[in-house]
Amino acid sequence: MIRTILITILAIAVIGTGYWGYKEHQEKNAILINAENNYQRAFHDLNFHIDALEEKIGTTLAMNSRQQISPSLAEVWRLTSEAHNDVGQLPLALLPFNKTEEFLTKIGEFSYRIAIRDLEKDPLSKDEYATLGQLHKNATEIKNELRNVQATVMKENLRWMDVELALATENDPMDNTVINGLKTVDKSVEGYSEVNWGPEMTKISEFEDNKYKALSGKEITKQEAKNLAIKFLKLDKNSKVIVEENGKGSPYEAYRISVNEPKSDSNIYLEMTKKGGHPTWILEDRNVEDAKISLYQGREKAEEFLNKHAMDKMEMSTSDQYENIGIYTYVKKQDDVRIYPQTVTIKVALDNGDIIGYEGMNYLIGEKDRKITTPAISQKEAQGKLNPKLKIMETHQGIITNDLGEEVQCYEFLATMGNETFRIFINANTGMEERVKKLDDPNTPVNSM
Amino acid sequence: MMKSGNLFVKVCLSLILLVIPLLSAVHVEETGAFTAQVIQHGATGEDVIELQSRLQYLGFYNGKIDGVFGWGTYWALRNFQYEFGLKVDGLAGATTKLKLANASEYHEGFVKRNIQKGKKFTHYGGTPLEKQTQKGKAPAKKPSGQGGKAQPKQQKPKQGKNVPSGYSENDIQLMANAVYGEARGEPYVGQVAVAAVILNRIESTSFPNTISGVIFEPRAFTAVADGQIWLTPNEQAKKAVLDAINGWDPSNGCIYYFNPDTATSGWIWTRSQVTQIGKHIFAK
Repeated sequence: MIRTILITILAIAVIGTGYWGYKEHQEKNAILINAENNYQRAFHDLNFHIDALEEKIGTTLAMNSRQQISPSLAEVWRLTSEAHNDVGQLPLALLPFNKTEEFLTKIGEFSYRIAIRDLEKDPLSKDEYATLGQLHKNATEIKNELRNVQATVMKENLRWMDVELALATENDPMDNTVINGLKTVDKSVEGYSEVNWGPEMTKISEFEDNKYKALSGKEITKQEAKNLAIKFLKLDKNSKVIVEENGKGSPYEAYRISVNEPKSDSNIYLEMTKKGGHPTWILEDRNVEDAKISLYQGREKAEEFLNKHAMDKMEMSTSDQYENIGIYTYVKKQDDVRIYPQTVTIKVALDNGDIIGYEGMNYLIGEKDRKITTPAISQKEAQGKLNPKLKIMETHQGIITNDLGEEVQCYEFLATMGNETFRIFINANTGMEERVKKLDDPNTPVNSM
Repeated sequence: MMKSGNLFVKVCLSLILLVIPLLSAVHVEETGAFTAQVIQHGATGEDVIELQSRLQYLGFYNGKIDGVFGWGTYWALRNFQYEFGLKVDGLAGATTKLKLANASEYHEGFVKRNIQKGKKFTHYGGTPLEKQTQKGKAPAKKPSGQGGKAQPKQQKPKQGKNVPSGYSENDIQLMANAVYGEARGEPYVGQVAVAAVILNRIESTSFPNTISGVIFEPRAFTAVADGQIWLTPNEQAKKAVLDAINGWDPSNGCIYYFNPDTATSGWIWTRSQVTQIGKHIFAK
């Protein structure tokens, strides 16, 4: 009797477990298929968008009138962004697919720049036509190779989940049909780097090295860096100071200094350029107590710091209080013109007014001889270029870096429309509206939690 | 503004009465309000609540009374200074505060109660207070409540907070989650660097262009893959994110980092390295 009952219970248990296991398995499969489908969709979308991209660049080449070229290139720009998005959804973050992504971005930037230009006044140059032609050729190649991968994926029923698994488990994940195919695509893009993108797009890479050379002073040794840091931070003699050199990948040669100060139980980190020993940034990590001084008093401390370290004439551009911390941004001022490419940020602990952070990278590498010129148009004229619905509250002059990466001298207007505040830059020589920015106001939260 | 002429006379009178017997140091106490601080753009706290309430009482400020000195408050203050013949500098110093306190009333209890309850309210002069607060309960739990005013689960009064320009509180929260999941237990500067890498990826041409796109990119962050991103981040992680957003980048523009002990991909070693912070090597 008992045996029968036991057997029945066990049988039910076995069947139950089996059923449960089967359900679990089914659920897991469903989730896996779902994930797989998302990858598949992203991949096929990518193919579709690259196809469309290639076709669109091709048709643009045949166009002549401004009314057609501008919208067509805007479409190219949109497609590159879509394709870029698709790549972002594939599990390729640690794979060499970056060249393709970079290529997409550059096509995007190139087409955007031309699409927004007034082609009536400034039509496509010969070089730009040539670039466009070259881009079309490259896009065709990418398209063909991606299609090959797509065909293999479909023919052999390859799954992206396997790619995931391969990436997760193997030390050398490159041995996979999909990955190999994509690698070939990326390899071929590498060859396109000699495309002539125009002057503005190469600027950034040249920029950094030149700037580094322009720094004042001579190279310093590790020991000198240590001494400078102790002096700069007014450190206790007992502090533990470690100086290390930056690795090869750093955009400039610098020392990284970490300090443990036992007295205040804080860790201070800073970086100092090898040439001249200029601090690029400082961060102090310590417990900050409740705020005892106001944002305004913190500002006085920040300005004391700026004066002591003999910075140029600086003007406060923003100040924000984050509970017990004040963050201040200063912009350089030359002949009453704000030099926006050169800013420093200072972080003040509002418990005792100590400077606990400094960021001056822009300021250091942005240094150059600037000529402030008398504007070709008057402030009145510039004002006339503004949207008449705006109420102008403040006017300044400032130099900013515009969308093309050039420094331009502007009139700066702070203006309001309803409850919103805007910062608008009007080119002081051409009257062009260089930048319009809505200033965030925490009083009108957009999507806070 | 019809009343302002009338007010002006009143204010002048009361000023004369006040200023004669008082030395400058006593001003602040005599206003029965405001602490001694000079209140400037970007400040937060009770003084700002009072400043906004008083400016609203006089009709200069029409925004929300939330204790964050933003642009709306700034222009309101400047307009007040202009109308009352003060130096227009957008700073609430001793003189400005004194004039303001004398010209207006501040129903502290009313304001604080409403802020605490998260109710919508205003603080205009000349209208009874009962008419200026929202009837019934705060719309905290209504799913389709009035646009984005749902309350977080906080016991503290819901005062406004500053958020770096261009970012929402949610963005910061999401990044803090990622930083905490990826780099808790690392030195502070290493956490700032991890946050900076996320921002650098957004800027980079080879990565998605949004915070969520970068963080949730498949296989990009281990903390996302194994679910550690959903741990509750501590304050330090949030601070690290704020520092990175405010411009600190201890990685010097890196877009990769890895732990040399656990990295499985050989490829990551081919990137040029910038520095090692704690257990992470940062690379371009």
